[in-house]
Amino acid sequence: MITNVLEYLEDTVQRVPEKLAFADEEVQLTFREFYDRMQKVASGLCRLGADREPVVIYMKKSPDTLAAFFGVIGAGCIYVPIDEEMPRRRMELILKNTQARYLVYDESTQDQVQRLGFTGEAISYRSCLEGGTDAQRLRAIREQSQDMDPIYILFTSGSTGMPKGVVGHHRGVIDYIESLSEVLGLSEDSVFGSQTPLYLDACMKEVYPTLKYGATTWLIPKERFMTPVKLVEFLNAHRINTICWVVSALTMISAFGTFDIVRPEYLHTVAFGSEVFPIRQFNLWKQTLPEAKFFNLYGPTEATGMSCFYPAERQFADGEVIPIGKPFRNTRILLLDQNGKEVPFGKEGEICIRGTCLTHGYYNNPEKTAEVFTQNPLNPNFSDRIYHTGDLGKYNADGDLVFLSRKDHQIKHMGHRIELGEIEADAALLGGVKACCCIYIRESGKIVLFYVGDIDKKSLTAALKERLPRYMLPNAILSVDSLAMLPNGKIDRIKMQEIYLSQRKKRRSQNK
Amino acid sequence: MDIEEIKEGILAILQELHEDIDFTAETKMVDDKVLDSFDLVTLVTELGEEFDVEITARDFIAQNFNSVDSLAQMIARLLDE
Repeated sequence: MITNVLEYLEDTVQRVPEKLAFADEEVQLTFREFYDRMQKVASGLCRLGADREPVVIYMKKSPDTLAAFFGVIGAGCIYVPIDEEMPRRRMELILKNTQARYLVYDESTQDQVQRLGFTGEAISYRSCLEGGTDAQRLRAIREQSQDMDPIYILFTSGSTGMPKGVVGHHRGVIDYIESLSEVLGLSEDSVFGSQTPLYLDACMKEVYPTLKYGATTWLIPKERFMTPVKLVEFLNAHRINTICWVVSALTMISAFGTFDIVRPEYLHTVAFGSEVFPIRQFNLWKQTLPEAKFFNLYGPTEATGMSCFYPAERQFADGEVIPIGKPFRNTRILLLDQNGKEVPFGKEGEICIRGTCLTHGYYNNPEKTAEVFTQNPLNPNFSDRIYHTGDLGKYNADGDLVFLSRKDHQIKHMGHRIELGEIEADAALLGGVKACCCIYIRESGKIVLFYVGDIDKKSLTAALKERLPRYMLPNAILSVDSLAMLPNGKIDRIKMQEIYLSQRKKRRSQNK
Repeated sequence: MDIEEIKEGILAILQELHEDIDFTAETKMVDDKVLDSFDLVTLVTELGEEFDVEITARDFIAQNFNSVDSLAQMIARLLDE
């Protein structure tokens, strides 16, 4: 039985040491090189004195960053990725929440580290590689390792403006990767093209099966996602056959007639997730790749990666929603009503997750953890934890789970999970903003911020850029005299949506 | 629709994307990462709606999106086709 994720790597490096493991256009690492670098980072951290604690990794997206992540795990510590895409304030909040004493940086982030005001010890990735490997010490750490030990803290949006750090552990990741690999039919012949940033748990879909099977992952540069033809050419050049992308990355290719110019030649497995796939676009993919397998995946970071899957084999009609299907092996879904009772078959309920996949909750945040990780209300007899996703779902006639909506104001935008409340909280903190409200226009995928106050839109936008990650910035900002209210004193979000749509229509007709 | 009107329409869409940027001064919006992939997809969709043209993968290349001028030329060409 595997109890530590490093066993995947240790096994594979014996088997196929010279095979390409992780690559981008600058750096290509074989399993032997990857293992060697990971061991050196681990040894470097041990020498510094890092011991079962968070270590911040501040590096650009690169195979070396992955070597640093696993180096942290090898040192028995917990990796906390931060990224240049995050605004400074968010990074500061993460440093504050984790109280990290160590940070690893690379050439691209060296200057920013100074400006971050990090008070612990910052070491360069290069200097780790120049040091030796202390195999004996790393073995001793491994002997102490347990499968419930944390290995990462990944931050997600928090409605109060404070990001929440989800703590993942070995056994959750192993449980997830074993089931995921089985479902997707992964093997040593899998060649992945990774789209997602490394600071999200989405990247585990490629990273861990690569280590498990001795497969290969190409990290695709972000710029490629701006030019669909070049993106498909990249897939073909590297013979990429498996992708797990956000829906917006897939539709970016299909929606602009890319397939008329170039087709993915090797692609046989396409997984997508967490967002509604417009059926017209989905069908374009299916027509282009009739032999390929398509999977809809669903799951929150709190339950380690993905929890449910649906093989999208049949044809879908326009307007139909692709189900999220069934839970992975060893994972159970409970659909509960407000009183913690299971809803009758076919009725709407909150999707709750039970299983080894549950993470340890939010780092340094027992209140938020207790709100959503609770005792299973169906079982009063012994300790039995479930995670409340806040997602509403129901079973369809085929017995497949279907996602319906959110209980709160969390949205999925371009593959990112966002609390609209976090945007509101940050906007409200700015001088000159008296009141504000953020809504999401699903049809056009737009975040719209309304505000009342005397700050001009330009300054407001600039100030928000300092505080929010790029993907959380409103797509439109509107200054209004007042916000529409419901009789109960809450903001009337439906009315606000109408105001936005009518203003937009007016502007459009003026332009014409 | 003349080229100046096209430019105005494009500017209005860009300005809605980023209130704080002076797009008339930008000549390398893609190369200098003023616009990212999120913006590009939104922009292509909105331009298509606004001018009733179809921007396909063939035109979805950096040099067409680097400035208001190059965008306007692309739209004018698509309107002619």
